[in-house]
Amino acid sequence: MFDNPELIKAIFGRLNLEALPLHEPILVGTFAVVATGGIALFAAVTYFRLWGYLWREWFTTVDHKRIGIMYMILGIVMLLRGFADAIMMRLQQAIAFNGSEGYLTAHHYDQVFSAHGVIMIFFVAMPLVTGLMNYVVPLQIGARDVSFPFLNNFSFWMTVGGAILVMMSLFIGEFARTGWLAYPPLSNIGYSPDPGVDYYIWSLQVAGVGTTLSGINLICTIVKLRAPGMTMMKMPVFTWTALCTNVLIVASFPVLTVVLALLSLDRYVGTNFFTNDFGGNPMMYVNLIWIWGHPEVYILILPAFGIFSEVTATFSGKRLFGYTSMVYATVVITILSYLVWLHHFFTMGSGASVNSFFGITTMIISIPTGAKMFNWLFTMYRGRIRFELPMMWTVAFMLTFVIGGMTGVLLAVPPADFVLHNSLFLVAHFHNVIIGGVLFGLFAGISYWFPKAFGFRLDPFWGKLSFWFWVSGFYLAFMPLYVLGLMGVTRRLRVFDDPSLQIWFILAGIGAFLILLGIGAMLVQFAVSIVRREQLRDDTGDPWNARTLEWATSSPPPDYNFAFTPVVYDNDAWWDMKRRGYQRPLTGFKPIHMPSNTGTGIILAGLATAMGFGLIWYIWWLAAVCFIALLAVAIGHTFNYHRDFDIAADEVVRVEDARTQSLAAGAQS
Amino acid sequence: MTVAVATSLTTEPVFHLIDEHAHPDGASTMLGFWLYLMSDCLIFAILFATYGVLGGNYAAGPAPKDLFDLKLVALNTTMLLMSSITYGFAMLTMEKSQVRATQAWLAITGLFGLAFIGIELTEFAHMIHEGATPQRSAFLSSFFTLVGTHGLHVSFGLVWLVTLMVQVARYGLIEANRRRLMCLSMFWHFLDVVWIGVFTFVYLLGMLR
Repeated sequence: MFDNPELIKAIFGRLNLEALPLHEPILVGTFAVVATGGIALFAAVTYFRLWGYLWREWFTTVDHKRIGIMYMILGIVMLLRGFADAIMMRLQQAIAFNGSEGYLTAHHYDQVFSAHGVIMIFFVAMPLVTGLMNYVVPLQIGARDVSFPFLNNFSFWMTVGGAILVMMSLFIGEFARTGWLAYPPLSNIGYSPDPGVDYYIWSLQVAGVGTTLSGINLICTIVKLRAPGMTMMKMPVFTWTALCTNVLIVASFPVLTVVLALLSLDRYVGTNFFTNDFGGNPMMYVNLIWIWGHPEVYILILPAFGIFSEVTATFSGKRLFGYTSMVYATVVITILSYLVWLHHFFTMGSGASVNSFFGITTMIISIPTGAKMFNWLFTMYRGRIRFELPMMWTVAFMLTFVIGGMTGVLLAVPPADFVLHNSLFLVAHFHNVIIGGVLFGLFAGISYWFPKAFGFRLDPFWGKLSFWFWVSGFYLAFMPLYVLGLMGVTRRLRVFDDPSLQIWFILAGIGAFLILLGIGAMLVQFAVSIVRREQLRDDTGDPWNARTLEWATSSPPPDYNFAFTPVVYDNDAWWDMKRRGYQRPLTGFKPIHMPSNTGTGIILAGLATAMGFGLIWYIWWLAAVCFIALLAVAIGHTFNYHRDFDIAADEVVRVEDARTQSLAAGAQS
Repeated sequence: MTVAVATSLTTEPVFHLIDEHAHPDGASTMLGFWLYLMSDCLIFAILFATYGVLGGNYAAGPAPKDLFDLKLVALNTTMLLMSSITYGFAMLTMEKSQVRATQAWLAITGLFGLAFIGIELTEFAHMIHEGATPQRSAFLSSFFTLVGTHGLHVSFGLVWLVTLMVQVARYGLIEANRRRLMCLSMFWHFLDVVWIGVFTFVYLLGMLR
């Protein structure tokens, strides 16, 4: 039976034993480590009989808080993978001088830089941002859950499905060698016949469905489920930025979906969208993907701006300065982010007028962003600033982001861009704004809301250690790249001829090593905090003396978030309640209507991922079976009309009484 | 200003609702579905834009005038427009809670939709038979993708329609089913609007090109 090549091909597509990277010692080693870790984890979960618990309480949950936490875990796990790629590149570039080829082959190195970009944007930054929004937004607006809880679960598992496909490419076959946006004609079938680009396409398509749906979900939640009294201009700034981010998601991810679909048609069917002959036009791809890509960077940074706004106001003990201007700045950035995409390829040669238009719109974005910066400064001005960890990240952000913003304005000048295009200056710029803006913001958000999610604070010592390693490591890693970029070094190079450049790459490598220590300290911080959770416990639900509604409930919040729907009078709702002597209700609890858990989301996402795998390896029967199963499960799910239940009043009383006791115990001690 | 603050401070503020502030089932569904439709609209917008950019690149192959049969397209358009009207009748009878009439109109809508798909496939088959395949030129790539994506949407709508007919047959015109019929109605009319764009920009303007 196995002698028939046609049959083998029908069953396995183009998948064969050569797809396993047994000839790459680095990958074999990585696989050994990952497999050992995976088996250990699997064994531990089985030994402690946790599968049932995980399935019932987490995998099938529709609770926005648990889904938010799962997003965060996904983001942090993928951060380790993305960072492993980063430090491999830094090491390669630091040693590949004076005739040395370094330790990575070109074939491998090209995959590493492509995977690094894809993972960091789609599977680190996006899950972390979505996770924080998922966790915080319903609490901030006084809602019990999101508008479509089942969809939320489904979106999460689709994101996981995309991440699984990317991780698979490490050990089965290979990843794209095209850079993180896979420009054709390089990414077309003629130049990339291997499954790398297909892994890229299908992981992003699967995850992209999840992202779009979660965007729709959060918009509906914010528009429809706000507590009584919370008008649009009384929404917390983080919720505002979340709203704008999700509008951007819904208005940009479909573009990514289409452009990747067209690329797959070129690759699978042989159409001529982005080919060089038969009338195709590769620059069409570049335009379309940046029409998604530029809004994408604002999808990431706007929630970070929201986090900084919450943190600055809380830790300065003051109302946020210029709330209205903050909201309008956010909205203006949202709109302008659609009018700048061409600045990513001024060198396309679209002429002086077009380039000027996009150069000017790009520079205009710095105005609302600058307004935000001044708002934060004025919030701090004459405030009683507490330099807790979230505030430290915020200050580091303000310094770092201004530098990154200014190099961005430099790049917005088309003549300067002709010199700096695709240089390490550009690489330094976007890392400066993404690490200094998005990542620092996410770290601020994690340390700020961690006590809300788990009921205890993060250990400050290890947190500060991590902070200093990260910040110093960032500067040491990326400032040399600005220098190198100005000297004309282009990105994605594997070996260098000019030995005078080496010192800068060594410095950058040391910086990356410091960041490694920062990540390590952060993981230790999580572990130490869990071990010391009794000392770090917070019974009040409001450890930072904060201002917005999420701090009005217990930490961690009960399943139903608020026993009674709060009524809002002020844009710092919880601060207003505290100021006016709000008393927590102790009686009169009623049953609460909640959505039921369902396993449909994880099943659908599993089928979608398997379908992606089938398409990547040309295993057509697998793709077809999965597609039909997807339809069948989705339709079957619509026949279930009973998707909710009531939490009994007794249960609410029990939970609220426990909180009363822990509050009283906390007050005594 | 100070007076206003003082009075609001002295009157006892209500910080929570005593009664469960229930959001009725599916209160966000219409908004959510609209947002989905707009994201779908963006998909078509990009496909139109791609057709706009690449639609003139015939690569020495056939051009619209060589391929399009306006009479057939007019018939096709009629089928789709008729299906939108009959769907409207289905919604009217649904408002009157007439299950059987609703089902009948839905079935007629489905038949018109099926006719549309059938004619479209005939047209495609004819073009491919003449050598005007999606691989032939960027014009044909973008033509088949734009029109085909619309056709796929209609096919998906047909699957949805049958599902809803089964659900109405089984559970009657309950609130959830009315909401679902409303969503499909929006989807169906949306596809009609998109088709008007296809008919105008692809077929009519193509003949003038």
